[in-house]
Amino acid sequence: MELVKPDLGLLFWMIVSFSILLYILIKFAWKPILKALRDREMSISKSLLAAQRAKDEMAKIEFGNEKITQLAKLEKESLLKEAKELKNNIIEEAREDAKLEAKKIIKEARQSVEQEKNKVINEIKNQIAALSVDIAENILKQKLEDESKQKKLIDDLVKDIDLN
Amino acid sequence: MYKILLNITFVIAILIFNQENIFANDNPAEKDPEHPQEHNEEHEKEGFNPGDFIFDHIRDSYGWHLYSYKGHHVAIPLPVILYSKTKGFISFWSFKLDHGHTYHGFKIAHEGDYKNKIIEVNSHGEFVARPLDISITKNVTAILFSCIFLIFIFVSVANSYKKREGLPPKGLQSLFEPLILFIRDDVARSSIGEKHYERFTPFLLTIFFFILLNNLLGLVPLFPGGANVTGNITVTMALALFTFFITTITGNKNYWSHIFNTPGVPWWLKLPLPLIPFIELFGVFIKPFVLMIRLFANISAGHIIVLGFFSLIFIFGKMSPGLGMAVSPVSVLFAIFMSILEILVAFIQAYVFTILSAIYFGMASEEDH
Repeated sequence: MELVKPDLGLLFWMIVSFSILLYILIKFAWKPILKALRDREMSISKSLLAAQRAKDEMAKIEFGNEKITQLAKLEKESLLKEAKELKNNIIEEAREDAKLEAKKIIKEARQSVEQEKNKVINEIKNQIAALSVDIAENILKQKLEDESKQKKLIDDLVKDIDLN
Repeated sequence: MYKILLNITFVIAILIFNQENIFANDNPAEKDPEHPQEHNEEHEKEGFNPGDFIFDHIRDSYGWHLYSYKGHHVAIPLPVILYSKTKGFISFWSFKLDHGHTYHGFKIAHEGDYKNKIIEVNSHGEFVARPLDISITKNVTAILFSCIFLIFIFVSVANSYKKREGLPPKGLQSLFEPLILFIRDDVARSSIGEKHYERFTPFLLTIFFFILLNNLLGLVPLFPGGANVTGNITVTMALALFTFFITTITGNKNYWSHIFNTPGVPWWLKLPLPLIPFIELFGVFIKPFVLMIRLFANISAGHIIVLGFFSLIFIFGKMSPGLGMAVSPVSVLFAIFMSILEILVAFIQAYVFTILSAIYFGMASEEDH
């Protein structure tokens, strides 16, 4: 039964050497190894997190871009629409103005034509009057050459005056 | 599967133990201390004895036997350190005691309670006392060798971790990293829990690699392997004592209250006769005891079986050399098969010892919930 009988000397050496082994391994091997492993795991998980965050950010930015493009499109459309409206308005206004102007011009023209007409008529009247006077003068001159006729004329004239 | 293996090995181990006992009982003359030399000669004449052959291989010894050539034993001498009440401290090389020689009144006993141990004898060769024996035996040498080996390996691994910070593992580092991570994550963290596992991981790593290395070295028949370190009850006892003391020292209030005032048990099982507390307290000692026995039995049994297969060659060879030759390929095949199984057992036993220690630590540091 020697096999199952613990030996004191071996126990002593085993406890001494295993304690030293424990101390040295813990201090110089396990602590640095476990620390390095933990650090590496931490850095890996941190990097993974950062990558995920970056991905999210990218997606967000992409989404933002799309939104901005859409907004720009809308803006463009509304601007175009506004411009069109403005253009139409301007054209309409111009047309209106032109109409009014035209009317005014026509009116003025008409007035001036009227004036001219009146002026011409007056002139014609005056010329007719002058001409009449000339003619009358001429006639009178001719008539007065003949005594009898002059006398008669004067008589006629006197008669007319008396009647007046 | 390994349970079946364990059973088989146990049965065979018991058979061999019994054989030893039967042999001892069959020779009443052996108990006669006055004729040790005679008996030894008788023993030699008997020829091959598988029981002694196996025990000589698995027991601790004062020198490190390398090989025998034409009856001449070649061994590495190791220092013997003794303290006796009459002679004080004394130290000499182990070869001085070879072949039953007596040196300074010390000799290796061949029978009795101190068989194969150094005893102090008087001038007539009669037993006087067993001195305090702290010799550097074969197993102590193997333990020191494996300690130095482990320190060398893991300190260099730790240095490469420092040197290659943030880089993937390389060389030895990548060989051991999966094992270290396995012990940390699947043994320590899963058995002890997230909160306390970091305290115990270094110890668990140390016992795992110590047991694994010595299990594997025990399978190598050449120096510096071949010492049966983890199959020695003293070594497994020391390891179990470490686990026991760490469990007891780190045990919190909850752990002790589970032992002395087990919750969920009717009061009459605790008072007036503290039945459950007694069983629980007994369990505290049983757990490390079982750790000690399991590792010792598994590793010793594996060695005994392999040596048993080799013994067959000599047993049959003694009957007739031809028969021995015929049996040897079968024996060698079986021994190879067993050795491969033993490699598996080496890993399993190192793992089992570590995970059970981790579970005990987990119990000791478990919080009340």
